[in-house]
Amino acid sequence: MKENFKLRVSQIEKSFPGVKALDKIDFAVKKGSVHVLCGENGAGKSTLMKIINGIYQPDSGQIYIDEKPVKINNPIQARTLGISMIFQEMSYVPEMTVEENLFLGNLPVKRFGNVNWKEVRRRTKELLLAENLPYSPTTPLKDLTISDIQMLEIIKAISYKSDIIIMDEPTSAITLKEVEKLFVKIRELKARGVSIIYISHKLDEVFQIADDITVLRDGTVVESHPKEELDIETVIALMVGRKLTTTFPKEHVAIGEDMLQVENLNCTNVFHNINFHVKKGEILGFAGLMGAGRTEVMRALFGLDPKTSGIVKIKGKEVTIKNVRQSIDHGMVMLSEDRRRYGIIPMRSVKENTTLSNLKSVFYAYRNHKKVEKKLVSEILNKMRIKTPTIDTPIASLSGGNQQKVVLAKWMIRNPDILILDEPTRGIDVGAKLEIYKLMTDLAKEGKVVIIVSSELPEVIGMCDRIYVMAKGTITGEINRGDFSQELIMRYATGTLTAEGVN
Amino acid sequence: MKLGSNFWSTVKKKYSIYMILVGLFIVCSLANPNFLSVNNLTNISRQLSVTTILALGATLLIISGMLDLSSGSVLALAGVFAVSTYKATGSLLLALTVGILTGIVCNVINAIMVSTFKAPPFIATLAMLTVARGVALLYTKGQNILQLGNFTELGQGSIGVIPIPIIFLIAIAILTWYLLNHTRFGRSLYAVGGNEEAAIASGINVHNVKYTAFIINGIFVGIAGVLFMSRVNAGLPNGAINYEFTALTAAIIGGTSFSGGIGTVGGTLAGAFIVGFLDNIMNLNNVDSYMQQIVRGTIIALAVIYDIRSRNRRAKATLVKAEDLGADKK
Repeated sequence: MKENFKLRVSQIEKSFPGVKALDKIDFAVKKGSVHVLCGENGAGKSTLMKIINGIYQPDSGQIYIDEKPVKINNPIQARTLGISMIFQEMSYVPEMTVEENLFLGNLPVKRFGNVNWKEVRRRTKELLLAENLPYSPTTPLKDLTISDIQMLEIIKAISYKSDIIIMDEPTSAITLKEVEKLFVKIRELKARGVSIIYISHKLDEVFQIADDITVLRDGTVVESHPKEELDIETVIALMVGRKLTTTFPKEHVAIGEDMLQVENLNCTNVFHNINFHVKKGEILGFAGLMGAGRTEVMRALFGLDPKTSGIVKIKGKEVTIKNVRQSIDHGMVMLSEDRRRYGIIPMRSVKENTTLSNLKSVFYAYRNHKKVEKKLVSEILNKMRIKTPTIDTPIASLSGGNQQKVVLAKWMIRNPDILILDEPTRGIDVGAKLEIYKLMTDLAKEGKVVIIVSSELPEVIGMCDRIYVMAKGTITGEINRGDFSQELIMRYATGTLTAEGVN
Repeated sequence: MKLGSNFWSTVKKKYSIYMILVGLFIVCSLANPNFLSVNNLTNISRQLSVTTILALGATLLIISGMLDLSSGSVLALAGVFAVSTYKATGSLLLALTVGILTGIVCNVINAIMVSTFKAPPFIATLAMLTVARGVALLYTKGQNILQLGNFTELGQGSIGVIPIPIIFLIAIAILTWYLLNHTRFGRSLYAVGGNEEAAIASGINVHNVKYTAFIINGIFVGIAGVLFMSRVNAGLPNGAINYEFTALTAAIIGGTSFSGGIGTVGGTLAGAFIVGFLDNIMNLNNVDSYMQQIVRGTIIALAVIYDIRSRNRRAKATLVKAEDLGADKK
């Protein structure tokens, strides 16, 4: 094993409250090579990278650079050790200029501690010239496109003269042409002896650039091989290869006529050409990778975000939905993926959070009917088996699963026809998950419609009658229950397979 | 046993402000024999009415995550307009109407800036503070309006033994309590202040809520303006300076959380009376007026620190309980 490892981590472990994010990770990057990390959302890739970059501290385990043990306390220390990271969510200050951003946190100073702006200008020009980028050092970043900024981020990492560069989804926001440019750059860096850790969901790209591939799943390393020993099919199989641990309370339900039809829904730069329909009694899934545009479509449908064009029909009638109220009035409600941001009013009681969607049912005839409200809330809490000390307890002091169920209860009291659930089981325990699955089945039996957006493949496969897969802002495939497989979904989701025309 | 300690901590949290008020009342009556005199108490209540009415408006706004720095200036403007209306027409009702309308107009402008143009309430109402005071001074050419005749009835008169301003205060306090506890608007107000995005995603019309909150605040400020000018028997364009801060202080001491979503009428009333009693006892005991400022400022600081600390404790308790954090951490 005495290979030329630039960076090696050994037995890294990291836990977050209730979750083991990384479990005994061994991972090594050779000098002057590109090592790709693959894995589903939540497999632990970003956590591992944040540990290497000093943002998180591992609970145990050791990091070695050039086979010397090191301790990395923060990103600045990581930088002095030659590690820099390009984030998935870019870190820049939009009001600042190109040169200010390039040297942010690393400004050269003169003798009295004042910034040497001449030096900054000179080096910025040098870098821009070397990379053949046509902007002036004094352009504010907000005037550049996302892909320009992404390229700058990459230059910034290079400007630190790092010999380990971590790239987290660097191509998620840039055009095909720029991807080629980036790959040329990566090969150049490699030739200079720089080691690159590259995280990507786009498997076709991965195979163009990788020397080695490591697949992570549920916080452990599944396998690690040189590229030559792998192919796309194998990598997908390794990524999704876990067994289905939950049994799903899926029941056969008679499917009725169309409840919701969406025709040619568009939103400039976010999603395009969205066509789908869902019938009474159906549980419909939307699968895809993070950033595929699923949440955005649902938010636009629900009236939370604007859309540029498209027709929405509910029960065969065209409807206008410009805000959430209109959507609710048409019987369509949505559980948001981000419970804390869009779901709960943290300091208010379970009771108030529950009736918020239907205040008219408890405020009428000039007063608040406390008994009616108490009865309404207690009934739904019982029905959904929500555990709370009292209905006047602030929702923030419940467990995540119970909070999620209260947010669901908020919609259930409206008796909706169409229930959109965006990542409904994210971050909640198995018991609560099962309750939510049961609720979906019950709704379907009543002839309602449930749409699930989920990154957990077993969940969509277990619960849905039909799945649409999205990638890059559009629907790339439609799969019926008989044909469900994780591999097929992943192929549509990674863009390695596209259906010809989706009805 | 656990239930017992929970019970007491709830009582402590819920009623500590009233216990402080009662304690302060007792201390004040011991500290100066004049404190309990009928004369002094009616005096305090007349003075307090004005700032407490402002504080109730402020409470509505703070609950919904906003605030109004302009209330002192708008009060002066509304009062000055009401005074000159009275001098021109001799009608108390008309004067009161003009005062209220002035309050409403200024606060609709506040609402336009805050809700329609998304200006931070702090800045928007700071602008209104300056403008309203300017208009009041411009309109009166900086001169006080004197000789108001029967206009003083409102501020100085009594019905039976109860001073008229106190009757207004009670009516407004009951109205505010009713709004907060028995209307959809009140419930929405807490939701908007607690988590605006979640309120929108639950179908709450946040625009309407914010406009309504400002308009009601405007009505309260207008009434306070008329009562104030009537009590001091003059139209003072330079009156009521810094009253907005007294109002905010009362709301904060009364447990209204500056991060929104929390606040009660009872708390604000208690807060306002605590501030009022403190001011009064310091005056009675000839405490230097500069010293009084220091005491007040210190109390605001303590109240805010208390609010933040109890909020942090809540947040921590939440974190521990939400052990199934899972992917939420991302």
